Amino acid sequence: MAVKGAIVVDIEKCKGCSVCIANCPTNTIALSNEVNGKGFNFAIMANPDNCTGCTNCATVCPDAVITVYRVKI
Amino acid sequence: MDIKDIIKPENKVYGKTPLLTDAVMHYCPGCTHGVVHKIIAEVIEEMGIQDKTIGISPVGCAVLAYNYIDIDWEQSAHGRAPALATATKRLNPEKYVFTYQGDGDLASIGCGEVMHACNRGENIVIIFINNAIYGMTGGQMAPTTLLGQVTATTPYGRRADLNGYPMKITEIVAQLEGTCYVTRQSAQNPAAVRKAKKAIRKAFENSMMNKGTSFVEIVSTCNSGWKLTPVKANKWMEENMFPFYQLGDIKDR
Ligand SMILES: Cc1ncc(C[n+]2csc(CCOP(=O)(O)OP(=O)(O)O)c2C)c(N)n1
Ligand code: SF4
Ligand code: SF4
Repeated sequence: MAVKGAIVVDIEKCKGCSVCIANCPTNTIALSNEVNGKGFNFAIMANPDNCTGCTNCATVCPDAVITVYRVKI
Repeated sequence: MDIKDIIKPENKVYGKTPLLTDAVMHYCPGCTHGVVHKIIAEVIEEMGIQDKTIGISPVGCAVLAYNYIDIDWEQSAHGRAPALATATKRLNPEKYVFTYQGDGDLASIGCGEVMHACNRGENIVIIFINNAIYGMTGGQMAPTTLLGQVTATTPYGRRADLNGYPMKITEIVAQLEGTCYVTRQSAQNPAAVRKAKKAIRKAFENSMMNKGTSFVEIVSTCNSGWKLTPVKANKWMEENMFPFYQLGDIKDR
């Protein structure tokens, strides 16, 4: 069964470490061009259509700022 | 399908555990400390032992751990967490008691404390964050620093003739009669995080079974101290730390 996912990043708490990007199997995430209040480029869904909601990114995020959603389609 | 139709409470599959406070962690971007805090918090939540757990924070980057995991805490003098944990567990045997210590704290100034707590077989959990360096004070050599590794105090790399050899503390405590579970884990990818979490859960469960001390090393990064990006630090750890600090259970009884 096909699934579709999406992530929500708490952008003010993201530190732009990119560990989520390195661990996303579907190349969904990238760093933003803008910076947050702390001056970090934050994680965004650059390719939202790719996300499968596998939770890999949120599992490795050291700051626990990613929430993952998934639906069956 | 529109993103708005996916991002709904009923579709949530993973998010921050409420056992982590809303405080922004002071750790550097990508630091392993954050990941390990998260999995400890998740284990405590899943076991339903928030009111029964006492953590002992160290001196080192994790000194402020009490700001991030919403349980009872004590904060120890440098390297003395196992002594506080000993007293705390003996006086409160119904509590889950764990220490959280870096390799400077545990393997250097606190080496004697940890050996004797493990040798006495205190019914506590020891979480050992081995990032091969003193992170908080600016990246000096630790007992665990690899041969050849450049640190603030070994600018040309650690030399055995000058600085001695890196210590495998985890193998040493495995030899002590008092330990029941000794394991070395990591947290750089999802599979490793899940394994480390299982190990921490098992260690917590052991602490209520009068089996002795459970010791969980997490091979970690200090990307600021190592002067690498977080992603490159994880790679450096896999290539350089793992051959020497081999992952897996060393003792389980
Ligand atoms: C008695 C005492 N000696 C030395 C120090 C200085 N000091 C603070 S943290 C630290 C080492 C911390 O390294 P580690 O335990 O590896 O933790 P990390 O910061 O890497 O997480 C030292 C030597 C101190 N605070 N107290
Ligand atoms: S792992 Fe977390 S803190 Fe790091 S860039 Fe991704 S969302 Fe931000
Ligand atoms: S949930 Fe999985 S697929 Fe989606 S962004 Fe995170 S790592 Fe990538």
